[in-house]
Order: sequence, then C-alpha cells, then structure tokens
Amino acid sequence: MTEDDRLAAILADHAGREGALLPILHDVQAAYGCVPADCYQPIADALRLSRAEVAGVVSFYHDFRDAPAGKHVVKLCRAEACQSMGGTEMIARLERALGMKVGETKGDVTLEAVYCLGLCACAPAAMVGDQLVGRATPERIEALVAEVSA
Amino acid sequence: MKIWVPCDAAAVACGADEVAAALASAAGLRGEEVEIVRNGTRGMIWLEPLVEIERDGVRHGFGPMEPEDVPALFEGGDHPKALGPIEEIPFFAKQTRLTFARCGRTDPLSLADYEADEGWQGLKRALELGGAQTIEEVTTSGLRGRGGAGFPTGIKWKTVAGAEAPQKYIVCNADEGDSGSFADRMLMEGDPYCLIEGMAIAGLAVGATKGFIYVRSEYPHAIRTLNAAIKAARAAGIIGDSLMGQGPAFDLEVRVGAGAYICGEETSLLNSLEGKRGMVRAKPPLPALEGAFGKPTVVNNVLSLAAVPWILVHGGAAYAEFGLGRSRGTIPIQIAGNVKHGGLFETGFGMSLGTLVNEIGGGTASGRPFKAVQVGGPLGAYHGPDDFDLPVCYEAFADQGGLVGHAGFVVHDDSADMLALARYAMEFCAIESCGKCTPCRIGAVRGIETLDRVAAGDPAAIELLHELCEVMEKGSLCAMGGFTPYPVRSAIRLFPQEFSLSQEAAE
Ligand SMILES: Cc1cc2nc3c(=O)[nH]c(=O)nc-3n(C[C@H](O)[C@H](O)[C@H](O)COP(=O)(O)O)c2cc1C
Ligand code: SF4
Ligand code: FES
Repeated sequence: MTEDDRLAAILADHAGREGALLPILHDVQAAYGCVPADCYQPIADALRLSRAEVAGVVSFYHDFRDAPAGKHVVKLCRAEACQSMGGTEMIARLERALGMKVGETKGDVTLEAVYCLGLCACAPAAMVGDQLVGRATPERIEALVAEVSA
Repeated sequence: MKIWVPCDAAAVACGADEVAAALASAAGLRGEEVEIVRNGTRGMIWLEPLVEIERDGVRHGFGPMEPEDVPALFEGGDHPKALGPIEEIPFFAKQTRLTFARCGRTDPLSLADYEADEGWQGLKRALELGGAQTIEEVTTSGLRGRGGAGFPTGIKWKTVAGAEAPQKYIVCNADEGDSGSFADRMLMEGDPYCLIEGMAIAGLAVGATKGFIYVRSEYPHAIRTLNAAIKAARAAGIIGDSLMGQGPAFDLEVRVGAGAYICGEETSLLNSLEGKRGMVRAKPPLPALEGAFGKPTVVNNVLSLAAVPWILVHGGAAYAEFGLGRSRGTIPIQIAGNVKHGGLFETGFGMSLGTLVNEIGGGTASGRPFKAVQVGGPLGAYHGPDDFDLPVCYEAFADQGGLVGHAGFVVHDDSADMLALARYAMEFCAIESCGKCTPCRIGAVRGIETLDRVAAGDPAAIELLHELCEVMEKGSLCAMGGFTPYPVRSAIRLFPQEFSLSQEAAE
C-alpha cells in the first residue's frame, strides 16, 4: 500500500462519523508514527474543514507528534503523587544514567513527561512502550529499556 | 482450585501478569487443576499484586505477591504473604461499597458474573418506572456529580429530559486527569458493565439514544476493556437497537482523548468530541441544552453514572441514608502518594481527614512525619494537621478554601518542598491552559517566574504572587485558571517560612 492509500483507507474508515477528526488523527499517528503535515490537506478535504483547522487541532493536543518518536517511548509521570514518592529524583537519576533529558530522543529511545497514569497509589509510575511500571526505580526502567531495545 | 489475579492496570504495573504466568506454570508442573480468573482490583493497591484463593467458600488474600512467592501457595502451611480472608482486612471491611460493590470480586468482562451480582437489575427497574420516575429516584438519592463540581445529577437529567430535540446524547466524562485519582479507571477496568448500565439508564431517563465515553489516552487498559464490554453487551442484546429487547434504542461508543488535561472540563471535552481544539466554551448555553454537536447532552463523570444502577435497585432513599449534610451517599476516596495504605476507599461522606490519612492510610509510606495532603487534584488545596477534623464533604472543604473534587488525596511527608510544589501548580496550569483567557494563559507563566523570584530571595515577589493569584481567581473563565491559586496560596499559608527563608538568607 502506498502512503496515500493508507491515508485514504483511514479516511474511508471514518466516513460519515460524527466528530471524526480525533479518531482519524489517532489512526494516522498509529500508521505513520506521527501526523505528517502533508496529511492535513487530504484530511481537511475529507471532513470539509480548512487546512488551518486541522493544523490547529493537531497542535492543540500533546499526543500528536509532527515527527516520529524513537522506537521506544518512555513516559515518566511528573505529577504530584509521583513527586511525593521521589519521582522528581527518580527522573533526574534516570536522565543521568541514560545521558539524556526528558523531551529528548537518543538512538531508539524517547523520554517523555506524562501527567498522571492513574497509578498514584503505587507511585512513582512510568510506562515503557506498552508496559506500565509502578513503584518505579531508575534501575528497573533502565533494565526494561535495555530489554526492549536489545 | 480457583485463583484470582487482578488485571487492573495498577496490579499489572506492580507485576500481576508475571504472577499469573508463574501460577499457571507452577500449576502445570504439579499437574494441579487451577482456574485463574483475572478480576478487577479490590483497591488495596499497596497489596498488589493481590492474589486470592477460595477455601471453604471464603476468598483468602496473598500479597503483595512476587513470582517467587507462587510455589509456596501449592505447598500448604503458612504462606509468608497470607492476609487471611480478604473481606476481613480492615481497609476493606470498613468501607461501604455501593458503586464498587462488584469491583474486585468478579471477572470484569463476564456477563454471567455481572448478572449473578445484581447486574442489569437497575436498568430493568428503570424500564418499569419509565423516564420521569427514574429521574425522580436519582433526585431523591441526592447524588451530586462526582467529577468535581458536585452539581445535582437529578436536576441535570431533568433539564435534558425537558429539552425538545430530535437527538440527545449521554457523554461520560472519563478524562480523569487529576493526580491522585484513579477511581474512574478502576471502575472501567474492574466493572465496565456497571458504567454501561448507568449510561443506559441515563439514556432511557432523558430520551437519548447515543452515548459516548470520552476516555483519556493515558488509559489504554480501560479503553480495551470498555470496547470489549460494549461489544459483549451489544451482542447480548442489552444495548443496541433496543434496551434489553424491550426499551428504546441506546448505543455506545468510546472516544479517546489526546493528552490534554483541560479536556476534562465538560465544554472543552465536548469540543474535543466534535473534533475541535479543546477550548473551554462560555456558559450559557448549558451543555444540557446545547451540548455535543449542539444537541441536549448529559455530561456526567464515570462515578456519577456508575452510582445509578445501585440507586435504581435499592432506591434513592436508601442511597441518601449515607452521607453528611448536603453531601449524600458514598464517595469513592482515592488515597495516594506517600501513604502506607494507598488505594480506593469507598465510604459515606463525613469521615474526618485525620482518620483518613492516619487510620485508613496508615500514615506516610516513608515512615517520616506527615506534612500535608493535597485534596482534589492539581487545583485542590494543601491541608495540614490543623484540618484533620474536617469531614470529607463538599461544603466543609469549600468553607476552608479547598475542594473535594474527584476525591483524590495525595499525601506528602516532611521532605516535601512546598515552594517546588507551588511552582509545579503554576507550571501545570501553563502547560495545560486552553489559552482562551488571559489571566490563566499569561498568569500561569508569570506565576512560575514570580515563584522563581521568591526562591531567589526577592522580597517583593510574594506580594506580587498574591496579587497574581487574585487576578487568576477572579478573572478566569474556568477552574483551571481560577483554582490554580488554591494549592499555591494554601502552601504559602501553611508553610510561610518556606517562601521567605531564601529571602532571609539573601538579606
Ligand atoms: C480544569 C477542569 C478539569 C476537569 N476534569 C474533569 C475530569 O477529568 N473528569 C470529570 O468527570 N470532570 C472533570 N471536570 C468537571 C467537569 O467540567 C464537569 O463538571 C463534570 O464532568 C460533570 O459531571 P458530574 O456532574 O457527573 O460531575 C473538570 C473541570 C475543570 C474545570
Ligand atoms: S481559565 Fe484557562 S483553561 Fe479555563 S478557559 Fe481560561 S484559559 Fe482556558
Ligand atoms: S501522579 Fe503519577 S501516576 Fe498519578
């Protein structure tokens, strides 16, 4: 399937759906790893919106990326319950150990901040790829990163 | 042998899948017949992964389990992680579980389990009563919105029922963005049919045939469970073209958020659902009259909707017997952060804050002295020991310049840096502001700068910060900008020395 076919298939999947833009953007990101700017116009055409409207929606939401992340995304919770259990220090130690900062991509790994994963009673919390981590330590996360990127 | 291992995201985050795998292989090696059920969580998160084994008709708990602890389960004798009968553990025994009655006991996706445990009885009763009387029952219960604002649910439903329109909607707010909150997630993962039943009752009551559940993208497990539950309920003929084959049509769809805290605010959520930027709308028009796609819409939190089946089965008056003052019924409290016994504790409104933190929560996890508890998420105030007499109810917390909100309680020990937490409150507001109004959009950024000046010892900065908080509180369109001053000012009030020490040092 060419790139255009993939997008056309996604748009066809959602044809006629009320409020289809977010579901479309999620599917586009799942297919391409990000929402490429050259998708804006075809999406706009399908939903009878302006390109600017689509661009505005993409930029509003933290989830949508304009470039693909590393193959392994590590999300680290920065919110209060995790802070109360040493989350801030945990993030700092992990940053030092991996030699990168939250918000950066190095090799296959992207470190990202997240604001609560609903794991506040087993804080600090993180997510490595699809895997949830409660009572997280930098060592455990490093081991998981090593495991998935091996 | 029947063994339960929770599938809840918190249990999984603590290793429940590994424990389940170890159980299966240990049983295989020994040639033992075991049935492993993946239940929801009981909510005693500090004990997760919490395995249960039935003995003489009573379920016994073991936890927190690690794969190494598994073989001993088959060896008889005392197990080092044995907790005794699960429902006799004080944290559990002291609760009044109405909304969470099934959660943790059943296989979340088993329709048979659900039916055997009062499932669909509320919907049946609503079908008998009809819309108007169903709303009457909800009004009698005194149920108020559990999403934070505490608006009476019966009144909201009545407004939507009274609106004339060809199409109406039920929208479930499952955006649960507050730190310290996970009750919505726990219910969606542990008893999804309960939410489906609550939404179906709401649809029937107000004349809506379509419902949306707007779930934050940070909850992939809940999204999967809900989608599976909706499919199963539809296949069983409970929802779809006709409710239980005798009522009107009602169907459901899950919509996934995209990482924006503000989309928990109902009008922002509606914009997001419609495929727009999640900007807050000015009210009026009320969503009840002009909500999703401009149609009359009930927007309710997960817990408000999930309380409804119980209310229909047992009656609004029975629900209203629990509680305190104008806060009726039960509140699923989430106690989290630096606390020994973190988890979900459902109880009638009225328990004192001190009892909750010290007795139920067991004090801090670190064993260090308690410092403060933030109540109601990132927009909620910090409370110190002086507030330990406060009963958990909407009025008492509002009177103290705080809020109960979605009932997340985050405990901090004495190592907490209150200036850093105040700065974080402003930073969070700056990151998550929808940008519609100036006091919030610009004020939050000024707030960060001003707190940095406080930290650097600028003596004029505190006064400036107070003025800024005043502007944000008075001039913001919604509670994002309007309540961000709560954690900031309460932190200063409780721990003034932490906001002036640096100043003295500089002098
Ligand atoms: C900034 C902000 C965030 C909110 N987040 C949520 C949320 O995550 N979940 C929720 O149910 N309500 C949230 N609310 C409250 C909703 O606006 C609304 O009051 C609620 O969904 C109504 O349902 P209820 O009456 O059942 O509580 C939030 C409000 C504000 C101002
Ligand atoms: S207070 Fe903040 S979040 Fe609320 S409407 Fe104004 S800018 Fe948007
Ligand atoms: S605050 Fe980190 S998971 Fe909730």
